[in-house]
Amino acid sequence: MILDGKCPTGPIEKSWDKHRFEMKLVNPANKRKYKVIVVGTGLAGGAAAATMGELGYNVEAFCYQDSARRAHSIAAQGGINAAKNYHNDGDSVFRLFYDTIKGGDFRAREADVWRLAQVSNNIIDQCVAQGVPFAREYSGLLANRSFGGAQVSRTFYARGQTGQQLLLGAYQALSRQVKVGSVKLKPRTEMLDLVVVDGVARGITYRDLVTGEIKTSWADAVVLATGGYVNVFYLSTNAMGCSVTAAWKATKKGAFMANPCYTQIHPTCIPQSGEHQSKLTLMSESLRNDGRCWVPKRKEDCDKAPADIAEEDRDYYLERKYPSFGNLAPRDIASRAAKEQCDDGRGVGPGKRGVYLDYQSAIDRVGEDTIRERYGNLFDMYEKITDENAYKKPMRIYPAPHYSMGGLWVDYNCMSNVPGLFVLGEANFSVHGANRLGASALMQGLADGYFVIPYTIGNYLATVKPGQVKDDHAEFKKSVEEVEGRIDKLLSVNGKRSVSSFHRELGKIMWNNVGMARSKESLEEALKVIPALRDEFWQNVKVTGGKNQRNGQLEDAGRVADFLEFAEMMTLDALQRNESCGGHFRVEYQTEDGEAMRDDENFCYVAAWEFKGVGKTPELHKEPLKFENVKLAVRSYK
Amino acid sequence: MNLTLYVWRQNGPEDKGKLEQYEAKNVSPDSSFLEMLDEVNQDLIEKGIEPIEFDNDCREGICGTCGCVVNGIPHGPQDKTTACQLHMRQFKDGDSLTLEPWRAKAFPVIKDLAVDRSALDKIIQAGGYTSAYTGEVGEANQTLIGKVEADYAMDAAECIGCGACVAACPNGSAMLFTSAKVAQLAVLPQGQIEAAARVKNMTEAMLNAGFGNCTNHYECEAACPKGVSVKFIAKLNREYIKALPK
Repeated sequence: MILDGKCPTGPIEKSWDKHRFEMKLVNPANKRKYKVIVVGTGLAGGAAAATMGELGYNVEAFCYQDSARRAHSIAAQGGINAAKNYHNDGDSVFRLFYDTIKGGDFRAREADVWRLAQVSNNIIDQCVAQGVPFAREYSGLLANRSFGGAQVSRTFYARGQTGQQLLLGAYQALSRQVKVGSVKLKPRTEMLDLVVVDGVARGITYRDLVTGEIKTSWADAVVLATGGYVNVFYLSTNAMGCSVTAAWKATKKGAFMANPCYTQIHPTCIPQSGEHQSKLTLMSESLRNDGRCWVPKRKEDCDKAPADIAEEDRDYYLERKYPSFGNLAPRDIASRAAKEQCDDGRGVGPGKRGVYLDYQSAIDRVGEDTIRERYGNLFDMYEKITDENAYKKPMRIYPAPHYSMGGLWVDYNCMSNVPGLFVLGEANFSVHGANRLGASALMQGLADGYFVIPYTIGNYLATVKPGQVKDDHAEFKKSVEEVEGRIDKLLSVNGKRSVSSFHRELGKIMWNNVGMARSKESLEEALKVIPALRDEFWQNVKVTGGKNQRNGQLEDAGRVADFLEFAEMMTLDALQRNESCGGHFRVEYQTEDGEAMRDDENFCYVAAWEFKGVGKTPELHKEPLKFENVKLAVRSYK
Repeated sequence: MNLTLYVWRQNGPEDKGKLEQYEAKNVSPDSSFLEMLDEVNQDLIEKGIEPIEFDNDCREGICGTCGCVVNGIPHGPQDKTTACQLHMRQFKDGDSLTLEPWRAKAFPVIKDLAVDRSALDKIIQAGGYTSAYTGEVGEANQTLIGKVEADYAMDAAECIGCGACVAACPNGSAMLFTSAKVAQLAVLPQGQIEAAARVKNMTEAMLNAGFGNCTNHYECEAACPKGVSVKFIAKLNREYIKALPK
């Protein structure tokens, strides 16, 4: 099937305004008759639930955390982009649009990205009105910093905790709606099924994570804002509870999963220290504003203390390879460059999987106090984890899985191919193409939540009668039986291996074969071992405790079971894409100097997969990508 | 290194609960406190014992989900550090650690070390926001905010809502938590219009949720993993007096 994103036609500068006018409206008196479910309360979900509550819809917001203030958006450090051009440095909506399309290696939809760039400025206005304490100049004006993949200073920030402050802004707006009564919060719940009746999304089945009860909720529309899936690698910068589960349940009910092979490996994370490790910690990309990446020029210097390696014996490889962007090269490029140096035997630290991020020249230039003011919390965090003082000794960093550009397929209205199912933020695939630029995830989450879904959901709801299907419908009963059946099955295996040992093994398979560099052989190998591991899981997993209680092992088991199914689709997607683009690097397709080589003639499309059953080959549908405003070109940061 | 743990096990809010002794063996000093608990849990699973339940999520000290009392100190002995960022090199081989949940009237125990902190959400719902409808706002730079005020607001806004302040307070008060939000919004022009109603509604919600009052012990600031200062409680008091009928 050829998919249609239903993007507006005509000049791109007018596309969103025109579309907004053309969309149907639900009149204020009728809004209160509709019920909307939002799953996930991060930036996208929190903002969506708050805004739809303000509009007058009846909203039910679900999250697995104990409070709507804790979703992993909170961990974003560096900042949020907006095309304000406050610095008079040549920024504009068009430049942000252009940078994002190019940064995504020409694998995103133009119209969606334009809209994102256009509303970016409204986001900053909104957050300031909420009392988000953005960094300020002494003049009282908002401060900006620069970020990877851009040559302008357009990133707004709140110390190293921008995600936290933006999320608290959305959470506070949401709390206000809870008080008014338009939003009902359901914390400590996990969505375990999407209920589809006659092809239309009508509600969800979920587990109360405190009592273990399986419950259902009906709605006129279901909005998923459930984040990304890079915990498929086991070790990642995601929170422990992040999973593909909600998105995967929707996939199994007919929603298409788009570009699952596009995963972002973030260049500046603290290297792994041992087998006990449960997660990797990111150090904000903003550190690359002042830090310089280097490794020793000679292998024999790698064990020396960094201070004993003379300036001329250091290889500032990003500055050497990409002189115009230098240390601010985009993430995919910076990550691959770090891997190259380590593969070349010039990595540093335990296991030689690390590169230096050095502040000495910045400290010499602006002083330690200024560096402390800019990045103090990050340096503190680094010291807590590694026991090293980065003011005195360069940080050691290494790339780690961080973000998924792929996700559920949606049209321009953020609606999936299942009518009534909307998908926002990291959970959808729409704007980042094959690589996301820094400070763009916060922008997308809030754009989708505050400024897109409030319009597009009305356009859908205006066409449906409120409350047509409720949870007394037979499909809800069937869904509950399926969910309970799977839980009973997980508890009844009673094998010998713990849930986390399976997750760890899956993670290693994915990191080694479907990670930063992929080949036909490695992908085919993964496709052999994943199903075998999945079979073993269902025969040998040990899940302790019962179902009618709080049970963390059972929660994890369900998520790992879903990853074991999803991983196959992700690998298959990487195998069919015979090109390198952004975060998807196939070693067979590279230029002589090791840069990604796209194949626009054959792969300028979105790959959307239709689930056909566990262990069965999913069906590939394509949405061709058209570039009418930005010329398809080789992406160069040299 | 090897440690002996005494862990609070409680099967639900109605259960009486008790301390159980477990051994943590071959712990790497580079592992985090929660990774040490993960490994203890793996041992328990192998022995067929239900693992210790504890809340956690981001494991980088920002989401505010984790936390337990370690040898009497919320989040353990390291200053300004959440339990997930506490690393085992802070302890010595042979140490004994007693792990308990946050103990406060307003935080009923769910299971083992996990407690119900929804009372904190109720305080925010009572007024911890500005009433700005989405879309109905002016250009961001139209209102200038001095760097000093912006930094003050950010110092208050650092709060991660973990509840350690409540666990540390002899009165089980959420005054530090409440005051941080009151102060952040009271110092910014966007929040000043509603400041009087906010401080009254939030303190009332705090009392209704079962939290005690502040009697200046300052245990909260000492326990706060983000170093939120008690000066914000003074600010709350000033805001409260300003809000009284003239």
